[in-house]
Amino acid sequence: MSSLLSSTILRKVAMALSGIFLMVFLLQHFVINITSVFSATIFNQFSHFMGTNALVQFALQPVLIGGVIFHFVMGFVLDIQNRKARGTRYAVYKGSANAPWVSRNMLISGATILAFLGLHFYDFWVPEINYKYIEVLPEDPNRYHEELVHKFEDLTRVVIYVISFFFLSLHLSHGFASSFQSMGVNNKYTPTFKSLGKLYAIGIPLGFAFIAIFHFLNH
Amino acid sequence: MPIPSGLINLIMKLTLKIWRQENATAKGSMQTYSLDGVSPDMSFLEMMDVLNEQLMEQGIEPVAFDHDCREGICGSCSMFINGEAHGPDRLVTTCQLHMRKFKDGDTIHIEPFRAKPFPVIKDLVVDRTAFDRIQHAGGFISVNTSGNTQDANAIPIEKADADKAFDAATCIGCGACVATCKNASAMLFVSAKVSQYALLPQGQVEATDRVLNMVKQMDEEGFGNCTNTGACEVECPKGISLENIARMNREFLSANVKG
Ligand code: HEM
Ligand code: SF4
Ligand code: FES
Repeated sequence: MSSLLSSTILRKVAMALSGIFLMVFLLQHFVINITSVFSATIFNQFSHFMGTNALVQFALQPVLIGGVIFHFVMGFVLDIQNRKARGTRYAVYKGSANAPWVSRNMLISGATILAFLGLHFYDFWVPEINYKYIEVLPEDPNRYHEELVHKFEDLTRVVIYVISFFFLSLHLSHGFASSFQSMGVNNKYTPTFKSLGKLYAIGIPLGFAFIAIFHFLNH
Repeated sequence: MPIPSGLINLIMKLTLKIWRQENATAKGSMQTYSLDGVSPDMSFLEMMDVLNEQLMEQGIEPVAFDHDCREGICGSCSMFINGEAHGPDRLVTTCQLHMRKFKDGDTIHIEPFRAKPFPVIKDLVVDRTAFDRIQHAGGFISVNTSGNTQDANAIPIEKADADKAFDAATCIGCGACVATCKNASAMLFVSAKVSQYALLPQGQVEATDRVLNMVKQMDEEGFGNCTNTGACEVECPKGISLENIARMNREFLSANVKG
């Protein structure tokens, strides 16, 4: 751990690993959510499983929360260190001349995602925890789809979600390929990874936005 | 010397905003100078020479800046011009940048390379001995020159590896990568030096210690964390590739595993 904090490269690798972990989670999250569009039954089955399975609830969920916290705390720490490493700032600095906006503003896109996660937890996670562990209401395996659709009746929420997915897309359009480079993967497959990265970075957030809009229009 | 008539309408008048700082501890600031009679054929450093002549005539202390070879090989001419290391041109150092890249009436901002580990000594001159210390930490091979040394040409090396090693070896240690990087990261420089040896059999003997020691020194100097923006690669006068950074990360990870 001490070397993790003292070595720039190990910090970056940790950042990349946590980022990849989150991307895998996001894919899984998307696969489950998209079922809500075409089958309430399948969505309910998945959600009931995820919500009641002990492994998911007491092993994977804490790891995920830990992963998110690690990722954004590390993101902020790296950014503070990087600002310090410059020292006196330039009077004129033309960042756009040599690097894309998304790569220079991971903190902005990341912080937007963080703010979104606050809302998202308030919307789904807090009521879930309340339902299951505080009020300890009887489990109804068919409640999930209805709860989801109910949330997206509100236009403001849908708009906030869609904007957040846009920033997620920006974050991932740099993050995906960047994480491979951080781990030392840069070879003849790199162009393929970059294309896959673009596909993921556009496809997944667009898909999430579609789900939100779909339920808004169909409630 | 009279200016040839064909050139007369190409001659530029410029406004220069230059960082002036008395010494390492003084507080510096941007100062504005006006300079007339700049030919598009001048190199940027020649333009600076003309400015300094003018300043001396006016009894003003000339602008201190680093330069040596003036042909793009020594890496000393560090200047951050209009927000870019070595100015707007690609694959050139400041000494190879020409005034034809600018227009009559332009305002040009000239600042020293900025990074905590590159403290300003005076005006545009910065102390880049942090790079030397990184080199001393491992950027070499220990060859016993007893007279029995094997002829390097007798060791077969794959063409692709030899090419990559040569490409990495073209790094001139100018520091543009650090100056440009939004994080003041020195990864491109260090990775070029690590790669140059990592790709060749002669470099294998000390490979593990080399990468660990050089990265350790880089971190101790206080350079920032790479975030893969790729700005270094674009601004590097020698076109050193990001591939080298990935290679260094691999070398570093496997060296850590080996211990
Ligand atoms: C679902 C949420 C998120 C996912 C999937 C994600 C994914 C990624 C990935 C893949 C990387 C690239 C890692 C690397 O190049 O080493 C990354 C980097 C980064 N992330 Fe996130 N991230 C998420 C949330 C956040 C949040 C909430 C923040 C909060 C500030 C954040 C801040 C950063 C920063 C500052 C970087 C470093 C920039 C860089 O190294 O290029 N991320 N993220
Ligand atoms: S990698 Fe390029 S920019 Fe960096 S020191 Fe070497 S030559 Fe200069
Ligand atoms: S003076 Fe040597 S590279 Fe410019």
